[in-house]
Order: sequence, then structure tokens, then C-alpha cells
Amino acid sequence: MPFSTLSDLKARLDAGETTAVELAKLYLARIDAYNGELNAFVDVDHQHILDQAKASDAHRAKHGARELEGLPIAIKDIFCTQDGPTTCCSNILKGFHAPYDAHVITRLKNAGAVLLGKTNMDEFAMGSSTETSAFGPCRNPWDTARIPGGSSGGSASAVAGGLAPAALGTDTGGSIRQPAAVCGITGLKPTYGRVSRRGIIAFASSLDQAGPMTRTVKDTAMISAVLCGHDSGDSTSVVDAPAVDWLKACEGRDMKGLKIGKPKEYFVDGMDAAVRKSVEDALAKCVELGAEIVDISLPHTKYAVAAYYVIAPSEASANLSRYDGVRFGHRCENPDDLLDMYTRSRDEGFGDEVKRRILTGTFALSSGYYDAYYLKAQQVRTLIRQDFLDAFDKVDIIATPTSPIPAFKIGEKADDPITMYLSDIFTIALNLAGLPGMSQPCGFVGGLPVGLQWIAPAWREDVLLAAGSAYEAATDWTTKAPASFGGAA
Amino acid sequence: MSWETVIGLEVHVQVNTNTKAFCGCSTSFGAEPNTQTCPVCLGMPGQLPVLNMEVARKTALTGLAINATINLESKFDRKNYFYPDLPKGYQISQFSIPIVEHGYLDIPVADGEKRIGVTRIHIEEDAGKSMHEGLEGVSHIDLNRSGVPLMEIVSEPDMRSADEAVAYLKQLHQLVRFLDVSGADMEKGQFRCDANVSVRRPGEPFGTRAELKNLNSFRFIKQAIEYEVARQIELIEDGGSVVQETRLYDSTKGESRSMRGKEEAHDYRYFPDPDLPPLRISQQEVDGIKAGMPELPGQLRARFESEFGLSSYDADVLSQTRELAGWYEALVAAHPADPKRCANWMANELLGRLKEQGSDIVDSPVSPQQLAGLLDRIADNTISGKIAKDVLDAMMQGEGDADTVIEARGLKQVTDTGSIDAIILQVMAANPEHVEGFRSGKDKLFGFFVGQVMKASKGQASPGLVNERLKELLKG
Amino acid sequence: MDIDVHKVAMLSRIRLTDKEAAHLGPQLGNILGYIEQLSEVDTTGVKPTAHPHDVAMPQRVDAVSNANRRDTLQKPAPNTESGLYVVPKVIE
Repeated sequence: MPFSTLSDLKARLDAGETTAVELAKLYLARIDAYNGELNAFVDVDHQHILDQAKASDAHRAKHGARELEGLPIAIKDIFCTQDGPTTCCSNILKGFHAPYDAHVITRLKNAGAVLLGKTNMDEFAMGSSTETSAFGPCRNPWDTARIPGGSSGGSASAVAGGLAPAALGTDTGGSIRQPAAVCGITGLKPTYGRVSRRGIIAFASSLDQAGPMTRTVKDTAMISAVLCGHDSGDSTSVVDAPAVDWLKACEGRDMKGLKIGKPKEYFVDGMDAAVRKSVEDALAKCVELGAEIVDISLPHTKYAVAAYYVIAPSEASANLSRYDGVRFGHRCENPDDLLDMYTRSRDEGFGDEVKRRILTGTFALSSGYYDAYYLKAQQVRTLIRQDFLDAFDKVDIIATPTSPIPAFKIGEKADDPITMYLSDIFTIALNLAGLPGMSQPCGFVGGLPVGLQWIAPAWREDVLLAAGSAYEAATDWTTKAPASFGGAA
Repeated sequence: MSWETVIGLEVHVQVNTNTKAFCGCSTSFGAEPNTQTCPVCLGMPGQLPVLNMEVARKTALTGLAINATINLESKFDRKNYFYPDLPKGYQISQFSIPIVEHGYLDIPVADGEKRIGVTRIHIEEDAGKSMHEGLEGVSHIDLNRSGVPLMEIVSEPDMRSADEAVAYLKQLHQLVRFLDVSGADMEKGQFRCDANVSVRRPGEPFGTRAELKNLNSFRFIKQAIEYEVARQIELIEDGGSVVQETRLYDSTKGESRSMRGKEEAHDYRYFPDPDLPPLRISQQEVDGIKAGMPELPGQLRARFESEFGLSSYDADVLSQTRELAGWYEALVAAHPADPKRCANWMANELLGRLKEQGSDIVDSPVSPQQLAGLLDRIADNTISGKIAKDVLDAMMQGEGDADTVIEARGLKQVTDTGSIDAIILQVMAANPEHVEGFRSGKDKLFGFFVGQVMKASKGQASPGLVNERLKELLKG
Repeated sequence: MDIDVHKVAMLSRIRLTDKEAAHLGPQLGNILGYIEQLSEVDTTGVKPTAHPHDVAMPQRVDAVSNANRRDTLQKPAPNTESGLYVVPKVIE
């Protein structure tokens, strides 16, 4: 039951075999039992969760079921929720209660979902390992000595460990897909502009996008159908985005006629050989299903990390200026003067990685360096985007590994920023291009999950879901769950 | 050798919208502190800006009125600096591509007109207000003004004296009010000016400039610029040199002081705001805005002269503000027979009385229709012009419209020949020697008789009829 | 790459002890050094991308939609008095 898919739970609820309250109790019991070990959740309000579940059962009885009626969904601590604290796992927001819900939280509530607590993450979503959280590191249920990926590591760990059937994450440079990959679950980053960013704490505004993290492709589609849609309160929410029939897209069971691009820059020496083999095996399976593999090149990929580490920190340096101790958030004790209040509050409130990024961004934008750093990175961004446009003239979809390596050990890269940054090397480029991407499990290396990443043209999430569904149906990776958490590995 | 003054002005004009630039908070003035704020203008986590369409429209309208280029695609940037009244730690502004560029304004100068270039007009959001007075060691922050829309209008360094600067500002002030894009109330901070001032020997390159901040009345602007020019000349003539700096003008002391130190630390790190895609406006939209442009003061003045035959003085007075011009046109509409009489009565009588009361045309207790009613009674000889002035006084006191006052006070002109003849004969009987004198050729005495008759009739006798009957009866 | 980390920290309004500077300075230098590979890319005539999609901003109708929520919105504030935010004295 804890490793059931969202669709199974929905079927059981619809058939009257269980109730929202029973499900809430089940997952609360799992959280009570295992969260001490995983540190996947940073805030769980039992009573509030049970109240939501009761209200959902009552709604079902009185008015019938809405799209996600009674289904528990864990929420990354980056989404503002007015029912409890929202901290972005930073000391600077310790105890902060947002007086509003993020737009997508409102959508989930209106669809009848039960919000199952807030999940752990890298501070302000800056990281690939969920080690920079002010609440301490989160752990990977497949091996608790290892990281669950990041920044949405808490959401990935919760779903993989059976502490939640599904979760919300955000993805700025791979923060949904990379943790999904290393925790053996499915995660979708929709096309930029598909999901409203309003009420989601900003990291890098031109890259951030929220999405679902689930056990299966169909579960991802179920949540996407609710999350996606225009919001007039977000100027980057695209008004006339082409619609996708989310659930219908999941009916694909073969890949006949599908042209899959295999970019040579994503299958290189230096990456984990076993990871590479898992992904190549997956592509072989795709060929069995009728797909054609086309070798392609995305020549500017190798500059994606460098461009990203200018653009994201630059935007972040401005986005994080609002944490100044004036209207909300941490203020230092007894400031000597205004400058002391600013510098000490921010020194005390931000962790090292956040400081590194603010400083990097501030430098890149500063007088005399703007052209060489920021402007240059934006130009390279154009070239990266163009690479994808060119590739999609030849192929329908692109397949790559999600992460070059499986989950690494906690602490292994904590003080080596560049090596850490390079773990996002395969996920970053599509954020720069604004494209949709999905990671799904495609094997194991030494007992650790490996992820297959799909990349589609803008607004073509249906292509991702169709390919992912066909692959999923032909394999049994999504049925695996970590044995030490009661699953069948 | 003489010195030449070089002045460029940056004017922040509050756009008169109902809501702030990027959120749905009210912009009304004088509310309790922080009651007109929301998560967006407080810069709370995850909150996002959405542009108020009126801000773009009104800025484009202003651009069209100064013959500028409207950029069909403009961009918003973030200007980064920390200040407690700046909630996000950055101001949303337009840096690289503003919505308006390359315009000009013709200003009146002693020997005609001078063209002042307008480099650009860009949209930005205002900051909040910091208060320090009477507080020990702390400041208080009110963010009601945070996010209020501003147009920053930047001139070329084309002005050569404080008087030219003031003339430019007055022209601009009049323009934005005419266009109804700003209330431009300087006391409410809706029209604020920074001046870049430098001096040079004629023909030489520009000197180092100082930026004067906090110039909030036409009088202070003139004083501040003149003080600054004198300061710079004295500095240079004493062998020193001008430092590029920001100076704050203190109107009570009549001097400025340097804000140095603050300036060096600034590096605004402008970059495109990722929360706001480019602002696009179509040529059709621009054409539509242009089509809806109200008549500007110069055009109105010319039309008042040609269409209504007004003197250039009256035309100028009545085209000073949108409200005055509108009032005048309403008056003419209600009294179309004689636009010049309308202008005389409005410019001289009505405005004179309003000025004495210290009030403005919009607060006039007499409506255009009511004043027209009075002018109608002059036209149809019910009352004389002289009596009409008394009637207008009464109307200003709220005694009702012209007919009511005339009726209540019995001011109706005497127009029947019998009554007038009776008065004339009375006067002639009382002054036989003058009658004799007139009849023997002293024509000047005619005026004496008119005066006596008018006096005897308490001014109510129709002057025309009095003339006519006097001539007749004095003949004998 | 050698950068003045104290200056950047001041612009960022982050206090930096000498010890932190000694640690963060070289890390920052490494990051910026890594980024310098961008200079290998020929970007002559390439337009910068600030937004992933070529779309125009939507605009909002000018109608007041927010009521006074001061008490709620000031709840997270560290220090307020009579509806005003209180900060150490601002020196102009």
C-alpha cells in the first residue's frame, strides 16, 4: 500500500475501498516511523492533515470527487502555504508563515488533494544533494548514507521511501529530475511558463518551474493536469500555451515511428560507465518498441553549466535581496545601525552555498564585468536554445541520462562546489532553453537507481508522457521499492 | 571671461492611475501607513509583478505629446540597491530600452522659443517613505508609496540658465496635467525634479556635473541651481575643481550639501527583470493613443484665437489648464452668441473673484451654465453690465442663479419709455440751468443728464433707452 | 581568478569575516574561473536570451483589487510600531 501509485489510490478511493482519512493515517504512520531516518519532511502537522482528509471525504460524499480528491501529496518547502510555515529550508525564513498560498497550492486544494507536510530541500533550492538545508541533510531510502539528490531531495526521498505517494518539486537546473533519477522515481519539469510561479519562492526566475514527482508517468500526468494552466498573476505564465491532454498522452504503449535523438555530448567518457550502459539498454528497449535512434549533436551543451552558473546566481542575487530583516524573516539581535542589520542578518540567515551564489551573481552583474559574464552567458543561452531547435527539426524527442552518476555519499562533495555543480550537467541545458523534461527510472547500478531523461520541444509534454508510458509499460522499474523501507527491491 | 551654465533635468512624474504599477493596491494619497500594501509591493517571497496597462498607455501618450519615438518593444530591468524603503532590494525600472526616446519640448524664452531635447521617458516604480523626525535611533517605514507608478523624464543638457530650467519644468508640468497623465501635485511628491548642473567656458566641453536632489518647488529649483552655479564657479576660480557627486538642497538654509560616500558604494547592477517579458505595443495601439490625444495648450490657444476671436492674452489665460479650457468651452456652449463676452467675463470677472477667494476654477461656486445665464441677461438688456457685476457677486455668495438674484433684488432694467420719460422730466425740472446750457450748445452736459437719470433710477434704467429719450426730450 | 570578495560582499550586504573571506574568496575564484570558459564561445552577433520564450508581457486592468490587510501582512515583521516598520536609523 505505501508504494501504491497515485492512480491505484484514486481507484481505491473511487471504489470506496479506502478513505482519505485512512490514507492520511497510513502515510502519517509511515512518516512517524521513517522520517527520523530520512529527514524527508521538515514540517508535518498531523491534525491539519487529518482535518484536510476529513474535509475531503465529506466533499466526496456530498459533491462527488474532484480530480485529486483525498490523495495525499507532499509539498517542497519552497511553495508558500498559509496553513503552516514556509522556510525554503533557510534560517533566514525560520518561523515564516506566508499570508498566502502559492497559485499551484490553491489549484491542488481546489482539486481535493490533501497536502501532506513540507519536504526538505537544499536551502533556497541551491544544490544537488539536499545537504545545504537548514534542517540538516535528507537521505536516500535506497542507501541512507547517500544523498537523495537535490534540490527537491525531500520530495524524492519521501516518494521513494513510501512516505508519500506523490510530491511537488521545483526545477531550476535539474532539481526535480536529478533527485527523481537518483531516488528511482519519475519527475517532470514542464515547459517554462506552463506552471505559475506565483507564491513559489524564487531562485532563478527565468529558469524555475514547478512539477510533480511520482511513482509513475501516469501519476505525473494526473498532477500536471491540475498544476498547469495560465495564471494572470504571473507575467511569465504563458497565456496561450498549447494544451495537452495529459491522461490520454499516457496511453502510448509502443514507439512506432518515434525518432529519438541521442546527443553525443550526453554519452561521454568520464560519466559512470554503468549509468551509461543502463541508459543505452533503455534506448535498445525503445528500439524494440519501434523507435528509431538518431545520433545528434547539441554542441553548446558543454557550456551549459558555465552559462547556468552566471544566469542563475545573477537572478538569485537580486531575488534574495528582499531578505533584509525589515518586513519578514530573520533580523539579527541588537543591530548597531542599518548596515549592521543588513549584513549581520543576512550573514546569520544564509548558509554557505547561498552566500556563494549571491556573491557569484553580484560579481557577474557588477560594473565592469556585466558584458563578460552576464551578457555572454545570455548569448550562450541563445546558442544552447538554438541547438535544441535544430535538433528537433530531425527528431521528435531526445533521450539522455538524467545524472552522470548515481547518488553519491553525504558529505562527499559538500565543499567542492564545481564538482557538485557538474552533477547537473545533463539537466541544466533544457532549463536554459525553457523546454520540458522528464526523468524516469531505467535501472540500477550497485543497488542505486539510474534515471533516463526525456527532452521534448516546448509545450510537447505529451511526447514525453507517451514515450515514458510506453517504456514504463515495457519494463518493471517502477515496481521497485527499497527493501529496508518495506518495499520489494 | 564669462561662464556658461549647463543644466539637464530628470523629472519623476507620478502617473495618475487607480492602482500601483505592478499590483492592485490603491494609489490614493494620505492613507494610514502601510494600509495600501500587499504581498507584491511588500516584496514578500514568491510574489510577482504584473504591469498596470494604464501606466504604459499614459507614458506612451506623454511620449507622443513631445514628438518622441515610441519603442514598440521596451524592457524592464532591475536596479539593485539596499534601502529599507525599497522592499525587494531592487527597483523595477527601464534601463536598456525605455518605452519613449528622442522627444523634445519647446519652451518660451525671452526672445521666442527654445527647443529642449528629451532623451527618454521610462517607467519605474516608486519606493516607500522613510521617516526619521522625532525618532531616537530608529526610522519608520511606510510602504504605501512603494510600487506607485512613475515616469522618469530625462532631458538633454540643453538648458543654459535656472530660468530656462524653470520654464522647461513649468511647460512639462502643464503638459502632464493637460494630458491627464499626472496630478503633478508637487506638495504630494507627484512631480519631483533632480537637476544635473555644470559650468564651462563657452565653447569648451561640458564640465563635471553635480546632481541636485530633492527640488520640490519651482522656486527652490531656481534657488538651488543658482546656488550650485555660484558654488561651482567660485570653486573653479579659487583653483579647485568640481567633484561629480549628489547634493541635497536644503530649502530652509538655502544651501546644498554633499551626499558623498553614498555614491561610491553604488553599483546598481542593472539586468533584465526575468519576471517581466518585454513590453510590446503595436503600431495600431500607438495610433489609437495618438488619436485620443487631447488638444495641447498651444493648439487650444491658437483655436481660441481663430475660432472665437479672442485676444492672445485671453486665449493664453483660458488655455493654461485643461480645467480652465474645459470651463470656457462649456460657457461658450451655453452662451454661444458672444464668445468674446464669455472670455471677458470668465477671465476678468470670474477668475478675479476666485483668485480673491483663493480658490480654483474647479471649485467655482458658479457653473458655466449659471454664468451663461447671467450673460444672457446682459445680452437681452434685462440688466446692464454694471448691475451684472453685482449679480455675479451675489451668485458667488450662493444667492442662486442670475434670474433669481435679479428678481429678488429687483434689479431688472427699466425699459418702458413712460417711466424713463418721467424720470428725465424730473431731472430736467430740477436742473433748469443745465437744460438751458445744453440747449445753447454745451453738448458735454449730455453726460451729466445721463448720470443723473441713471442715479435716479438706481442704475436700473436701460442706458440705451435713457440716451435715446434724453436726446429727444432735451431738444425741447 | 582574483576578486575583491569584501567589495562584492558589501554590495550583497553580507557580513564576511576574514576567515570566511579566506575560505569563500578562492572558491569564488574557482567558480568564476570555471565560468571563464564561456569566452571560448564565439557569440558575435548573437542576441542575448533573457526569457526562454519570445512572448510579450500581459497587462493588468487598472482596478483596485487589494483591501487593507496590514495586520496580517505585518505579522511576520521583526519590528513594527503603529503600523510602521521599524529599522535602525536611516542616515541620508
